[in-house]
Amino acid sequence: MRVAALKRPTSRDGLLASLSALLVLLVLFMEELAPLFQALFPELGNPVYRRESFLQLTLDHLLLVLVSSLISVSVGVGAGLFVTRRSGREFEPMVSSLAAIGQTFPPAAVLAIVVPLAGFGFVPTIVALTLYGLLPVVQNTIAGLGTVPPAALEAARGIGMTRGQILRRVELPMAMRVIIAGVRVSVIINIGTATIGSTVGAQSLGTPIIAGLVGNNIAYVIQGAVLVGLLAIVSDLIFERLERRFTFGD
Amino acid sequence: MSEERAWHPRRAGPFVANRVLLVLLAAALMGVVLLPFAAMAPNRLMSGQGVNVAVALLPWQWLSLAGLAMVLALCTLARPFPSRLARWLTLIIAPLWLLLALYGLGDYAFRTLQDASPAARVSQGAAFWILVFCPVLMIIDAFQRLGSGLAVRGFYTAALVAMVGALFASGIFDGLSIMQEYANNRDTFAAEFLTHLRLVGLALGPALLVGLPLGLLARRSPSARGPLFGVLNFFQTIPSIALFALLVAPLSALGEALPWLKALGVGGIGAAPAIIALIMYSLLPIVRNTYAGFAGVPATTIEAARGMGMTARQILWRVEVPLALPVILSGLRIVTVQAIGLTVVAALIGAGGLGSFIFQGLGQYAIDLVMLGAVPTIALAVVADFLLQILVSLSKPAGTR
Repeated sequence: MRVAALKRPTSRDGLLASLSALLVLLVLFMEELAPLFQALFPELGNPVYRRESFLQLTLDHLLLVLVSSLISVSVGVGAGLFVTRRSGREFEPMVSSLAAIGQTFPPAAVLAIVVPLAGFGFVPTIVALTLYGLLPVVQNTIAGLGTVPPAALEAARGIGMTRGQILRRVELPMAMRVIIAGVRVSVIINIGTATIGSTVGAQSLGTPIIAGLVGNNIAYVIQGAVLVGLLAIVSDLIFERLERRFTFGD
Repeated sequence: MSEERAWHPRRAGPFVANRVLLVLLAAALMGVVLLPFAAMAPNRLMSGQGVNVAVALLPWQWLSLAGLAMVLALCTLARPFPSRLARWLTLIIAPLWLLLALYGLGDYAFRTLQDASPAARVSQGAAFWILVFCPVLMIIDAFQRLGSGLAVRGFYTAALVAMVGALFASGIFDGLSIMQEYANNRDTFAAEFLTHLRLVGLALGPALLVGLPLGLLARRSPSARGPLFGVLNFFQTIPSIALFALLVAPLSALGEALPWLKALGVGGIGAAPAIIALIMYSLLPIVRNTYAGFAGVPATTIEAARGMGMTARQILWRVEVPLALPVILSGLRIVTVQAIGLTVVAALIGAGGLGSFIFQGLGQYAIDLVMLGAVPTIALAVVADFLLQILVSLSKPAGTR
């Protein structure tokens, strides 16, 4: 679990706004920084990565993460719900250990095994990201639903709520913060793994990084790394805000 | 931990006693029937032609697989076996399935390659992986239902690993493509494996040295806590390849500016940025768990120690540290597994390690070379996780284990 924000919300929101603005500006106007990179690295012929626009790379990256995360979240929350209902409870220990063991597998190794088997490129990368992204979501859905106090369920049943109502009005709202924390871990891991996806044929913000490392062009490396780092931090701050919204009591 | 919880068997019906085992068995059988067990390729760069299990295995082999599956099927039912017996039977039969799949694959590689061109390659197919993973999950399920202690599980796992190791040592797999890649890279493999371990060790040592005092600081001074966790979470969020890459530029500048640093091996590309990045990633879990460990020591216990006349130093070393140790070691478990995985990516900035096989293999479209890097990395992470889990459990005070 991540550490809850201890700072005042307002300063975090300011940070989020300014970093998002910086990210958008850099994505759109990286070209304009050519003189800066030229001054920093005078030996380079091409100080700014131009093969694809940074906007295109960022959109590709976001598409990889969004599609895989949407599938991970729907399947993961579904699986978590199934194993916490009466009919699926028998599967709960197995699903929990699968999620725990699966997360010890390095994401880069999973990507390297799954993608070549499925044939390189965009869709296989999505498959690998989805598989890996499932695990924290399942784990946190089970954990979140486990934090709902039995007394609350008892009370809901006592006032005559149906099982569906209990799930929608009691269990899910109370578990939401922990579930979102799981989605947050999953999305942040996927942003990082999608970067490595450029080694298996899926274009992303990792593409300039790898091109720079291979072609010994540090400016490309920095441009890709700064953008993907900012993207991850902005996403993390957005999720932190979301988590705060679903915090009850403490 | 769910494994520790006592399992209350709930009959799904009068007929099926173990639906988890039933699902695993059905998935395994379906996968084995529908998917290729092995693949045969004319050379290492071509993708192989899939071969079904009934073709790849000799009749006695697949007939025994089917026979063992029948017994497993009986184990899922409420009759004829009593539930405890069914679980122990699963613990005997599932590993036999696994070993048979391993032996069958190696044996198939040997038989086919005898009259094939020397460049031909045999590699493992999807059904093979299913025959490996499903038995492992069946074993986990059986242990969860038996509620066995860590000692029994550890002993059983060690025995199973020893048997698989013996199969490897016997040379039965030498025909397989991944083992041929190993034979071609024998010297580099040992070197890269050691590099991988060294990078992890060189990162974890300093991370512990810095992280443990920082965790204690976070516990003692609430005002330091917010900024400290904020900064560490910031590092943790940056994707690994970005952090590795961002350290390349400043370090190469530093290496140029200070020749003595360059002589020590600090430069733009190589181990230095990798180790620094790994330390930055390792700090958050260590600091967080150290803080949580100390925060979890009951105030009444510290009060009692003070009442007995212990000094602050004695309270720290004799009361707080021992009580916080299991949580701190769980942090070590997290960072060890994480560092083993992140070191894969470090190969991209020239730090070496098992990741270099992965990225070389991806560059050459040689999937078995990728496997040679990926499979040992995964095994290393899983083994490290298991061993540290045992350590965590041993560090808990007697009676709470």
